[in-house]
Amino acid sequence: MWRRSLSISVSVGFDSVVARYPQADRNAVDGVSFEIPAGSFTVLLGPSGCGKSTLLRTVNRLVTPTSGTVTVGGRDIASIEPTALRRATGYVIQAVGLFAHMTVAQNIAVVPQLLHWDRERIEKRTDELLDLVGLDPQRYRLRFPRELSGGEQQRVGVARAIAAEPQVLLMDEPFGAVDAIARRSLQDEMLRIVRALQTTILFVTHDVEEALHLADRIAVMRDGKLLQYAAPEEMLRAPASPYIAQLFAVNDDLRRYDELRNALSRRA
Amino acid sequence: MNWPDFWQHVATYLELAAAALAGGIVAGIPLGILASHLNFARSPILLAANLGRVIPSLAVLTFMLPLFGVGLAPAVAALGLLAIPPIVINADLGFRAVPATAVDAARGLGMTNAQIFRQVEWPLAFPILFTGVRTAAIEVIASAVLAAFIGAGGLGEYITEGLQANIPRLLFLGAGTIAAIALAAEFGFGFAQRRLEVKT
Repeated sequence: MWRRSLSISVSVGFDSVVARYPQADRNAVDGVSFEIPAGSFTVLLGPSGCGKSTLLRTVNRLVTPTSGTVTVGGRDIASIEPTALRRATGYVIQAVGLFAHMTVAQNIAVVPQLLHWDRERIEKRTDELLDLVGLDPQRYRLRFPRELSGGEQQRVGVARAIAAEPQVLLMDEPFGAVDAIARRSLQDEMLRIVRALQTTILFVTHDVEEALHLADRIAVMRDGKLLQYAAPEEMLRAPASPYIAQLFAVNDDLRRYDELRNALSRRA
Repeated sequence: MNWPDFWQHVATYLELAAAALAGGIVAGIPLGILASHLNFARSPILLAANLGRVIPSLAVLTFMLPLFGVGLAPAVAALGLLAIPPIVINADLGFRAVPATAVDAARGLGMTNAQIFRQVEWPLAFPILFTGVRTAAIEVIASAVLAAFIGAGGLGEYITEGLQANIPRLLFLGAGTIAAIALAAEFGFGFAQRRLEVKT
């Protein structure tokens, strides 16, 4: 049985990964190879349909590569039992996917339950996590998902994903469905939380601004291929292709516009 | 008024209905689960269920005669068949209403297929599924009166006797008791539903 070691982060490697869905006329992921260092906050960035979500889902074996290998901590995950792998891998999705018939506490306790933690340990951990994601345990523990705002739901989603201290955390556009203001504060809290976690994070988004805000490394994808994997500064300074340069340049214009507007409104 | 007779008829009636409903549940829920999980199975199962809904219960009872003869067995079989369609249809609806995102999250968190079914799909599908059972129960109770026509006994006997001998008192006794049982079942199931139903 595959065991995870607590709070020691691991690297994630892709080696010539190809993934094609049945009946598709092209590969969703088309020969991707790169290595994500342990503890990195890596953002997979690209337009919709570029294969970033599919690539993410190969890491917890929700998608099985057509060819190539995915490694976690240097180990080929094809040799790891899927349920054991997933219990050691956090997973947050845009739709949150909270279980409507369970309370907030029960939702957060899903993976610890699957791992047969004892009740006291689960309760303690649940409260700890609610505190960590900024929800008062007293008030939120016994609520049901439908009683929460979108932002609160996603906080619970994050708490559930990290409950059993996963080595790798996969986040698939987790803030895509929350409004812009809640989004920004969730992003900031995300950074605060992951600094405490020391987990290797793969975060999928199509939002350049979000990628720049969160990532210590960005992997830009297009048409199933990896175009560049680098730190944000490096990518801005030395984009590997005109496409990437344009991607960030548009964003630059927007930022300049925002700054200008802010400056003007301050003066007014 | 012959009380022992009356209670005997009530007991037979309830046994008939309970056996038929149990049969309908045992057959209907798995069929509904199959229909909701296997796309190729869905159309034929739901088509059969909807057809079953259209055929009058008396006709089903009559068809049972050559197969099982007269008595309790054909009555239970016919009423059981009657109970299946609403259960199948609602089980299918219930499982289809389970959000795909909840199942995706459950799988991603490391639940096995059995755990996904037990801990996520079943509780989320249950309220709609149970409504189907409730509908089936009421239909079975209302239709069990017909069992008397094929010699299975029960409260329907008051009605057949009352009609044949033109004794309105017997007719009312039979019909009134059946109505009371149906109402009690409706309230009982409603109460059970509120108790069992996990909050969603």
